[in-house]
Amino acid sequence: MRKPALNDEILLKIEKPARYIGNEVNSVMKDPSKVDIRFAMCFPDVYEIGMSHLGIQILYDLFNRRADTWCERVYSPWPDLHRIMKEQQIPLFGLESQEPVRRFDFVGITLQYEMCYTNVLQILDLAQIPLLAKERGEDMPIVIGGGPCTYNPEPIAAFFDCFYIGEGELAYDALLDLRIAAKKEGLSRAAFLREAAKIEGIYVPSLYEVAYRSDGTVAAFTPVFEDIPARVKKRAVADLTDAVYPQKPVVPFLKVTQDRAVLEIQRGCIRGCRFCQAGMIYRPNREKDINRLKELAVQILDATGYDEISLSSLSSSDYSGLSQLLDFLLEECRRRRINISLPSLRIDAFSLDIMQKVQDVKKSSLTFAPEAGTQRLRDVINKGLTEEDILGGAREAFLGGWNRVKLYFMLGLPTEEEADIRAIPELADDIAALYYETVPKEQRSGKCQVTVSTSFFVPKPFTPFQWAEMFGEDEYKKRARAVNEHVREQLNRKSIRYIWHEPDMTVLEGALARGDRRLSDVILYVYRHGGFFDAWSEYFACGLWLEAFRVCGISMDFYTKRQRAADEIFPWDFIDCGVTKEFLLREWMRAKEGAVTPNCRERCQGCGARQFEGGVCFEDQN
Amino acid sequence: MKIRIKFRKWGVMKFVGHLDIMRYFQKAVRRAHIDIRYTEGFSPHPVMSFAAPLGVGATGDGEYMDIEVNSCPSSADLTAALNAVMVDGVSIVSSVLLPDHSPSAMAAVAAADYTVSFRNDGGNPYEAGRWQELIEQEFYSCSRFTIIKKTKKSERELDLKPLVYRFFAEEDAPGKTAFHLTVSTGSTDNIKPEAVLEALFARCSVPFDPMNLQIHRKEVYTRDEGGRFIPLEAMGVPFAEAILTEGGKHPCAL
Repeated sequence: MRKPALNDEILLKIEKPARYIGNEVNSVMKDPSKVDIRFAMCFPDVYEIGMSHLGIQILYDLFNRRADTWCERVYSPWPDLHRIMKEQQIPLFGLESQEPVRRFDFVGITLQYEMCYTNVLQILDLAQIPLLAKERGEDMPIVIGGGPCTYNPEPIAAFFDCFYIGEGELAYDALLDLRIAAKKEGLSRAAFLREAAKIEGIYVPSLYEVAYRSDGTVAAFTPVFEDIPARVKKRAVADLTDAVYPQKPVVPFLKVTQDRAVLEIQRGCIRGCRFCQAGMIYRPNREKDINRLKELAVQILDATGYDEISLSSLSSSDYSGLSQLLDFLLEECRRRRINISLPSLRIDAFSLDIMQKVQDVKKSSLTFAPEAGTQRLRDVINKGLTEEDILGGAREAFLGGWNRVKLYFMLGLPTEEEADIRAIPELADDIAALYYETVPKEQRSGKCQVTVSTSFFVPKPFTPFQWAEMFGEDEYKKRARAVNEHVREQLNRKSIRYIWHEPDMTVLEGALARGDRRLSDVILYVYRHGGFFDAWSEYFACGLWLEAFRVCGISMDFYTKRQRAADEIFPWDFIDCGVTKEFLLREWMRAKEGAVTPNCRERCQGCGARQFEGGVCFEDQN
Repeated sequence: MKIRIKFRKWGVMKFVGHLDIMRYFQKAVRRAHIDIRYTEGFSPHPVMSFAAPLGVGATGDGEYMDIEVNSCPSSADLTAALNAVMVDGVSIVSSVLLPDHSPSAMAAVAAADYTVSFRNDGGNPYEAGRWQELIEQEFYSCSRFTIIKKTKKSERELDLKPLVYRFFAEEDAPGKTAFHLTVSTGSTDNIKPEAVLEALFARCSVPFDPMNLQIHRKEVYTRDEGGRFIPLEAMGVPFAEAILTEGGKHPCAL
């Protein structure tokens, strides 16, 4: 058995030592002397969050299929262990080999949300790798970033040697082969990176220069060498059915956030909600063939022993074979006595029927995401959900025996007015009233409970709202208070519960989401002054961030409170994510007119994603 | 049909706590396609129970879990099927068939054997021989060996003499002292070996550092009709293939 990197004394002193020992079912062990590439695949958050992430499992499987590569996992050590590792100078290690990642060839970090940026620095710091890419010597691993935040990698560009833009299934083989060749030929780090930048999908920030205008916006973004492409094109799998998918995912000992088998039924979304980054950057929508899904479900359940299986997609109801797939899963899962969990389902007669079958008598709450209170604002955001859909779905649900409903909204959406804010509690009240109308007294199982939850909208790159302005913390608080007060004025107020989140993190998230290279100083300042685990409200130090902006002489308002001009060059414009800026701008204009845009299956809008040669763009065209 | 499974837990698996080990075995049973019985009701779960939880950091050679199955291959096949899906650090030692009405492992537990050694011998002031003398002097030569047992609500004095059945020190490897104890275990009078050692160390004025003790449970016992300690696995018998049908074809003992 391997020797753990942490001794017994440490492991017994810290919370949940099982986070750090590896050895899980289906984790991959290899002989280090027999591989050319050591890859540390890192999720910069605590184990229970990171282990719940599907993308890492896919890449882990993809890399470890290569006989010449050993991919290991790394998660952020919790602050209790962080302190000990710093004090005792213990270098961060891969869970599988328990060896320092500093000696690996690559450290890959997935960037799922902006608030993990300080944790990226924690990973590098504990790994004893210089935080700034330009300070890394020849013997240091190549630090590569991936995931949704790489669609604007600029705020963290200084910390990475390169980024992978798009879906990992495609270009990693070329990158790993190049690394092996570079090692054999004794190529320098700089020479390797210059070659890597020529692989489609690979962005090497040090090979590009940014010039700014006097107003602070980007004037030009140019490669420093002629053989480096001016734009970096996202990689997207054309056919998801044949794409690599882990049949033996790693099964954690600890209870993690997503403690179940996950079946990815499709990628991308046909809907085109204007606030949603995932809906744009993962275009085109691609379905995985149902027969492949059936096969995978059986293989994964056999190999993991999970007691639950879940479908993963942005909008499961849009999967064309859903009914057939669920029939199969219901039968298979009944036989195996395992649960099916069904996220992201549109609430209608069909889905309620399925939920009846899946959930037996224990009725959990039903979730609707109208996102905005009025039809006007729902049209602005292109959320194709009408009041009739919501009330109709709720009526069906109440008749089916449910009595708890959750409603998700966003506050601070572009064009939001008082009427939109007031409509949120009113919709909740209508739903509660509907319950008492629909369900006769003698059939009610307790009171109806409508939970209203609001978050604050953060404009993201590569969405039609990338031009939109945000508001200040006080304005957000005012809007949340307005909802709260109006909830108390409703007839059925006793059936309505209102939950909202503090807006301080929202504003910062907004600055980081649409920031540029100058923000790396701010992030560095925060980490150097003890800030990390910002995604955890108990560790988020808002004051420290504000101090960092002040000390670095950078205005947060520049990134958040400005409505951007139609022709502004964005820091992320050099990325070609498939969806064109023209399309996004058209959608931004249509949003302001309140014009709804049909979804991809109804009518193609020529967004640009057709260039990836697959999915919904080519349906019914054979 | 109730089957008792004996397993070992060692290496890094000692850092996986009891609840997670239970979840681990629930998944393992599914991976091994064991025809385990499920509870009735809305959220059926496999019928599985454990004899005595092992604390985080401790290892064990004689850990027990009971399962109920609808059908089952032979003991040897069941053991092999489970071993095929184990991780490094957990292995199945044996599986035996229990009589229909035998008590659960948890109810049957009466005592356990432990070996306790120092993780770091720097923290150990004496050789094994000296420790043995001290045990004779402080434990066996005294009429009482009391500790203060703290519960959430109260503190009470507890005499360990009738609850510690065997207690000696010997040299396990050159320069390495090991304490061997057999102590009362179970729902009443559950004695932890470290509590016994803490009391001994206090009487000998040796600083006690629980973090420096490696606890290893060697076997868990029940009492037979004669009151003697027998390993939990001795309550059952190895078996050949058995299928429980309506009305019951009974499995045959080997």
